[in-house]
Amino acid sequence: MDHPTTVKILKFHAEKCKGCLECEKACSQVHFKTKDGGQKSAIRITKTGKGYSMHVCDQRGLCLDMCPVGALIRRKNGVVWLDKEVCIGCQACVGFCPIGAMRKADVRIEPFKCISCGSCVSACPEKALELIEVKIADIKQVVHYKLGV
Amino acid sequence: MVEGQRAIEEYKTGNTKHTWDLKKLRSAHKILTSYSYKKGEVTKGYANRSLYVNLSSGAISEKPVTDEMKKMFTGGRGFGLKLLWDSLKPTTRWNSQENELLITTGPLCGATQYAGSGKSLCLSVSPSTNIICDCNVGGFFGPYLKFAGFDALEIQGKAKQDVVVVIDGEKGTVSIETAPLEETNTHLISEQLTHLYATENTDKSRQKVSVVSSGLAAEHSYWGCLNFSFYDIRRKVPRIKQAGRGGLGTVLRDKKIKALVVKVERFDGVSNHPADPVRLAEVGINLHREIRDLDRYQCNMRAVGTGHLVEIMDAYDLLPTENYRFGSFPKASKIYSPKFYELFTKIIPDGCWHGCTMACAKTVDGYTVMTGPYKGEKVTVDGPEYETIGACSNMSIWDPLWVLEFNFYCDTYGIDTISAGTAMAFYMEMYEYGILNKERCDGLELCFGNADAALELLHRIAQGDTGEFITIAAKGARRVKDWIIKNGWGQKQLVEDTGMESKGLEFSEYVTKESLAMQGGYGLTLKGPQHDEAWLIFMDMVNNAIPTFQKKAEALHYFPMWRTWFGLNGLCKLPWNDIEPANNAETSEPAKVPEHVQNYVDYQNAMTGWDVTKEDLILQSERCYNWQRAMNVWMGRGQRKDDWIPFRAMGPVTEMEYLSRKERYDKQLVEKIGLPQKHVEKMTVQEKLTMLYTFRRNQYQKLADAVYYRRGWTPNGVPAPQKMKQLGFTDKKMLKMLQDKITADEKNGLNVWGGTYEKGEHPPSTEKRYWEKWS
Repeated sequence: MDHPTTVKILKFHAEKCKGCLECEKACSQVHFKTKDGGQKSAIRITKTGKGYSMHVCDQRGLCLDMCPVGALIRRKNGVVWLDKEVCIGCQACVGFCPIGAMRKADVRIEPFKCISCGSCVSACPEKALELIEVKIADIKQVVHYKLGV
Repeated sequence: MVEGQRAIEEYKTGNTKHTWDLKKLRSAHKILTSYSYKKGEVTKGYANRSLYVNLSSGAISEKPVTDEMKKMFTGGRGFGLKLLWDSLKPTTRWNSQENELLITTGPLCGATQYAGSGKSLCLSVSPSTNIICDCNVGGFFGPYLKFAGFDALEIQGKAKQDVVVVIDGEKGTVSIETAPLEETNTHLISEQLTHLYATENTDKSRQKVSVVSSGLAAEHSYWGCLNFSFYDIRRKVPRIKQAGRGGLGTVLRDKKIKALVVKVERFDGVSNHPADPVRLAEVGINLHREIRDLDRYQCNMRAVGTGHLVEIMDAYDLLPTENYRFGSFPKASKIYSPKFYELFTKIIPDGCWHGCTMACAKTVDGYTVMTGPYKGEKVTVDGPEYETIGACSNMSIWDPLWVLEFNFYCDTYGIDTISAGTAMAFYMEMYEYGILNKERCDGLELCFGNADAALELLHRIAQGDTGEFITIAAKGARRVKDWIIKNGWGQKQLVEDTGMESKGLEFSEYVTKESLAMQGGYGLTLKGPQHDEAWLIFMDMVNNAIPTFQKKAEALHYFPMWRTWFGLNGLCKLPWNDIEPANNAETSEPAKVPEHVQNYVDYQNAMTGWDVTKEDLILQSERCYNWQRAMNVWMGRGQRKDDWIPFRAMGPVTEMEYLSRKERYDKQLVEKIGLPQKHVEKMTVQEKLTMLYTFRRNQYQKLADAVYYRRGWTPNGVPAPQKMKQLGFTDKKMLKMLQDKITADEKNGLNVWGGTYEKGEHPPSTEKRYWEKWS
């Protein structure tokens, strides 16, 4: 089987962001068909001091090995993808994500995450977001097991 | 091997592949009875009905689960007890027509968000103990049973030929079908039936099927276990968890059930329709995070499962070796968890139900079988868990590969590793003393450490060997004790004191000699000596946190009740205290893990919509615990005499044991019994043994006194009807039975304390019939 070697991930240009949250609204439109943003957005922009910071999945894929039913896969384009039809809502991926980027909204038991679709990039009036291509080998992370005693 | 992110379809176990002629298997099935039911939704954790199947008459029906039943029995094991009370007679034995095999769920069973929420509870009259045995087991069967429409499955009667009972949640049918061509041994039949009943030829479809089976040895032994399957989409094999204790697999095969199959159409994270799914997910995610951050520094379950206990038990002199003679052994490091870690398949979600991130269910894949009918095949071995490793150390088997061999064959033959290991360790000790020998053992050289002979015994049991020893050995330590004594081999007391069983059930794998509270945790139990009621060794022996009889009794009230609660709800106990919040040690009662107790309060409320407190959880358990004890009384047991444990569990039986820990015991003669040091130095080992023997037996009786009083029982261990009324029970038959028993005990002089009290010491109450005041 051919395995993807690269994946597109979001890059944030903090200096350009003005905190309008258009990206969140665009994202929640993709995942929940609503402009609510906030809890229903995979990308989150938060105010930090004078500027803003972005919090989103970086496609490292640690969650892939957590899913008991195989709902999480790395697609051909390298993106870590949750199939909510297969997902049984256990939240293992949510709980184990080391950066808290696998999200759970109150309206649905199945979690959701960034799929690098670019909606937020297009929605940003300040061009503060960009999709960049990285090598999967450089970002890949697996579940850590300590050896015995 | 330690690499992650492999695509699921690329996983390979290296196991020997089987191809089954499914058409042939299916065409040999004859449907004896078929029953259609209306599919329904689970509401707030309950399917609100149970399924009754009678194999003798072919009757299949539904029974309602009422609000009253939920209030008094909660679910799971509680429902099982209620249904058994309605169906059994006091004279019912394991192989009686009316005996039932129950598989129940519980309101929290099948939730995926909180680790350890997929347990099935199994109950039946045990061949080993002649009373009800309950087992808590993982695998997919329980959750699927509920999502297929039933809180409990109740099977009565016996089929005339080998059958499978199929609950098809997709079609809404229950059928009893003959199954003449399927294998009996679990690793094969679970695979055959998973493929046979999966709707589509895909791994995801196979994952929606669960099979309960046993094996050939269960037909000839009292150690029969039930194997509950859970299909692993990565390994592409149905893996298994065991309802091991008390011979429930023996009951399954006695009923001529080859397997039970359940299938669900679909399920998701809210198939239980919890009252508050948002809160439920919050509580669950918090626990996932705790496990993520802390497990590797605490129990390391995710890496090695319960096997992490081996090195700890060895360090504290608690690992049973050579039939519990010793608690540690020079060779024990050969079976420490890192040795198994080398063999385990890594980086796979190893929960026995979805969402259990504690993931203790480890496997060795592609293991090459060394003996018996499957010699040379490559198989997946589920485990070994701590108890299985402990069973092997008890037999002085120190090679990880032989531990795997024992584990594999016990599982596939449908044998409980604990009972088999503990009993064989006893046979081996008898062999060492010459009380048993090659001739008396039908040609087996059952010396300590002879793994080949131990496996040969298993194979011969599975083959139905009719040798006198093989037949009796397969029935366990109690029957072998009787057989040895009947033949006049060896000293009766030595045989009684060293065969590690109580109530007819073999001990699980902890040395209890130095912890009186843990002796109570094994002896003052409902089903027999199993660590699932209380595990107090560290609290008692290491931390000395419960020094008085009263404090020990309080612990032997609280912890058995608390641990019972998991079984009422379809939960696993491990995520309660095998992972602890980082600040747990700073809380007022670290042994109770208060933050996790609160999790369970929130969890039950979020599922059911109730408004319970932590005290209510204990009350739920107390009802069921007392009900089960009362049923034991009803069946002629459940009294002080039945709570006795062999002296090997209380202290050193032989001179060798005494001398191996001489300093410890000599010190106790001075400090605990009050003998002058100089006097102790002059005593012979035999005199010292006798002194300890008398002292410790009396300590145990005094402990029983304190515990019975705390639990609301009479001095003979019978639950007082007044106590039952306090718990809310109004069942006249039950209350009258208890009162009649207490009256008879009074006549027979059994309502008296068991301990001998010195000047200045008092039994828990000096008042006669103290329970009559409770109303």
